[in-house]
Amino acid sequence: MRYGEKNCAITGVGISEVSRGSDKSSLELTVDAALDAIADAGLKRSDIDGIATWPGGDGNASGFAPVWIAQLQDALRLKLGWYSNGGESPGQYGAVFNAIGAINAGLARHVLIYRSMYEASARKLAFANSLVKAGERQRGGFAWYAPYHVHAAALQQSLYFNAYVHKSGIKPEQQAMIAINQRRNAGLNPHAIYRDPMTLDDYMASPRIAGPLRIYDCDVPIDGSAAIIVSAIDAARDCRNSPIRIEAVGSSMQYRNSWTQLAEVDTQAQPKVAEMMWSRTDLKPADVDIAELYDGFSFHTLNWLENFGFCERYGAKDFIEGGKRIALEGELPVNTGGGALSGGRLHAYGAVWEGCTQLWGRAGERQVRGNPQVCATSTAGGPLAGAMLLVRE
Amino acid sequence: MSGSLPRPLPALDRDNAAYWTGGEKGELLICRCGDCGYYVHPPVRFCPECESRDVAPQPVSGLGSVYTFTINYKQWVPGLPERYVLALVALAEQEDVLVPCNVVNCDPDAVTFGMPVKVLFEQCEDLWVPLFEPVED
Repeated sequence: MRYGEKNCAITGVGISEVSRGSDKSSLELTVDAALDAIADAGLKRSDIDGIATWPGGDGNASGFAPVWIAQLQDALRLKLGWYSNGGESPGQYGAVFNAIGAINAGLARHVLIYRSMYEASARKLAFANSLVKAGERQRGGFAWYAPYHVHAAALQQSLYFNAYVHKSGIKPEQQAMIAINQRRNAGLNPHAIYRDPMTLDDYMASPRIAGPLRIYDCDVPIDGSAAIIVSAIDAARDCRNSPIRIEAVGSSMQYRNSWTQLAEVDTQAQPKVAEMMWSRTDLKPADVDIAELYDGFSFHTLNWLENFGFCERYGAKDFIEGGKRIALEGELPVNTGGGALSGGRLHAYGAVWEGCTQLWGRAGERQVRGNPQVCATSTAGGPLAGAMLLVRE
Repeated sequence: MSGSLPRPLPALDRDNAAYWTGGEKGELLICRCGDCGYYVHPPVRFCPECESRDVAPQPVSGLGSVYTFTINYKQWVPGLPERYVLALVALAEQEDVLVPCNVVNCDPDAVTFGMPVKVLFEQCEDLWVPLFEPVED
């Protein structure tokens, strides 16, 4: 059987300005990223016949998902054969997986996928992205946490991270290498938010947030947008760039999908998702040239190093010790553009943008040497997880 | 746990109302299958073990152990306590029933993985919110 993702490729990527407070609206930032991606693929607006996003416009002041598909479609006057959002999907990459389905169904040939955030501006007005909606009774899966003052993902997720610390024995000085490595990479990325070097002393002196999380373990709210074009493989070969094939995906839910009833809180939902991805390719972890791993919090990256099989369970602390293996010149460069911790929270699509930028050899000062061809990338958070293996032709 | 901030509260529905209101009688009510005895949580009147629809809230002992926990340090909103413990407690009756809570009546630094705890309730409007505290030796 030929898996459907192998019929699809990323043909262009785009990014807006990324800032701690933009003079542009979230819609204009999205237009910037979309036009950048369309031009990068060598396409025109009229070539785009599908749109996907995650989770879809949320219609509130949080800045988490400020742009609706319909707004972008109308702003660009696109003529679509298919469109879909979907927050209940395998993490942020659910939009890509939906596009794969649409392309294989013949509903679209060139799908524009975007992720826009306006959380930097939102936070200047209020703590508007609190998990708790003030003045009303809470509903949905998070409502089990409602009375316990769980105002932020950092607190809820640190429940899982503390279990990981307990089981793995990782020390703060080891954990710090994720943030320090990414700050070093961000220093070489003109799009990154925080570019000044960070030392271990800086890290250890930073404020504690919750459990083992310090502030530098948390991603940076930004205003910005990233976009990618996913194309049918035959159409991709007519585009400007060498197609970056979607070699394999992990999209499964073979576990209790719950923020409270996760069986293995320390690994979250990721192991089964990674297993699925590897089951759909002949490639192995040793074939991966770069890894753009989800880093909403540094511990997600630690989890993914293990769950992808780059090191053994609870072996990440040794794998990252000293930072050499995960550095740009190391055996497995990780989060090469600074990730969300220092680059800014483009919520997994910054990772796709950076991974493709590296695979196309355009990363400038931070370009990984040796002509990288294979990128593993992931999204995560509690029961949400998705994974992709990208291969440049 | 002290602090002036009112607890945000969940909306009640037919499935979860027993859990959030059983504390009025001092009971932690967890849905249980009348046929096979499996505890179904979050509550729904269907047993995933034996497919029985004979599932109803029943009081449990209120004893459990700390499955995982974390200490909050950041003042997310005005009025929060300086430090407090968020935990998932595994119920004594069935270890895969995990309930979120604050662990109270102890120093946050005294909470440990696997620590035995017991339920207590705090009335908030029409709800009795389950909290847990250490079991005395």
